[in-house]
Amino acid sequence: MPFRLRVDGLGASRGEDPIFRDISLILDAGGALLVTGRNGTGKSTFLRTLAGLHPADSGTIVIEDGGDATAPPRESLHYLGHRNAMKRDLTVEENLLFWSRLTKTAGDTVGRIDATDGTVEALESVGLGGLGHLPFGYLSAGQQRRAALARLLVAHRPVWLMDEPTAALDTASERMVEALIAGHRSIGGIVIAATHQALDLPGAQTLTMAGFAVTA
Amino acid sequence: MMALYFRDLKLATRAGGGALTGILFFMAVVAVVPFGLGPDLKLLARVGPAMLWIGALLASLLGLERLFQAEREDGSLDVMLMQDTPLVFTVFIKCLAHWTASGLPLVLVTPLLGLFLNMEPRAIGATMLTLLAGTPAITLIGAMGAAVAVALPRGGLLVSILVLPLVVPVLIFGVSAAYAAVEDPAPFLPPFLILTAITLFFAVIGPTAAAVALRAASE
Repeated sequence: MPFRLRVDGLGASRGEDPIFRDISLILDAGGALLVTGRNGTGKSTFLRTLAGLHPADSGTIVIEDGGDATAPPRESLHYLGHRNAMKRDLTVEENLLFWSRLTKTAGDTVGRIDATDGTVEALESVGLGGLGHLPFGYLSAGQQRRAALARLLVAHRPVWLMDEPTAALDTASERMVEALIAGHRSIGGIVIAATHQALDLPGAQTLTMAGFAVTA
Repeated sequence: MMALYFRDLKLATRAGGGALTGILFFMAVVAVVPFGLGPDLKLLARVGPAMLWIGALLASLLGLERLFQAEREDGSLDVMLMQDTPLVFTVFIKCLAHWTASGLPLVLVTPLLGLFLNMEPRAIGATMLTLLAGTPAITLIGAMGAAVAVALPRGGLLVSILVLPLVVPVLIFGVSAAYAAVEDPAPFLPPFLILTAITLFFAVIGPTAAAVALRAASE
């Protein structure tokens, strides 16, 4: 059975206010979805709902991979939020090594398992090769963002949820993010990204959030 | 999961980690007691175990509110919530690391502080033993308060107040066991066993309640 992410009639609210409702979509292996919309229209809430970090009012999120249907979808996801999930006092390498050990699942064939758990390669892919020994807090905002992206590379998860992945990044790094996304899709991964910047994702579906009225 | 344990230990011992804060506070509290009470050696020896326990209790409450708040602020908590490892287990490991970094050192400096208070070796030993059995309970109970107040900025005082009524039994049985070891008619074992039971009880209840609170707070 091919890998597929199916969302049916998803709706969520913050407090009393509905943010979005009835979002349905299907993403096949290698697919991508670009979530756009103005500030405050619910892009982040949509991603957090998909990640299981925000309760859904209605609808279902199913990952069909022919395997264990009882595992919650959040376990197949990488979520890159606004915040980088890195400790300022630890070095970049220590941060990555920790996330690699914590998030790597048994039977992970893509994430490398060696002495450095693929952290060296991951840092090179995001253009931070040789900076792994620096405390995370020493890096510039853009470098911190790139280090956070490297977290997605050290352990394999089929679906990436990226909230403003290119925030604080320069143009060259935006191309790098596009390349990372393309690489992930080429091995059958799915990427859902919410962004204001023009990210070039060939063949991506788009979802425009428009406050309460949603057009998919 | 060992990765989480060692990472939290590393964070606690690096600059700004706060492992030392508790010990310094503990030493400060206990060191001023002899000045406050005056040079009555008998009185000092008699209040010694209680003072050590109160000092250790307050010192353990100090850094607790950062237990989950720091993780939430930098987004790490979101990632931890999404893992297949049960959240209860993650919380338990974090408590264990927190206790190793800030509870265990309190136990280890107790003999030195016991000398300040003119305590006899037997009383110092008993106090150390009861602190060793009792301080994990304080951390585990505190985890519940820390999880409830995770979204509140400067929730430190709130955590202490939430947690204080629940740690009172730990204090009561800890101190009574420590006294029983030096005062003859009172038996040592019953209060000590109850203290151990409280710790074991909260080893289950604490992480479970904290995990529920963290899920609810993640909104």
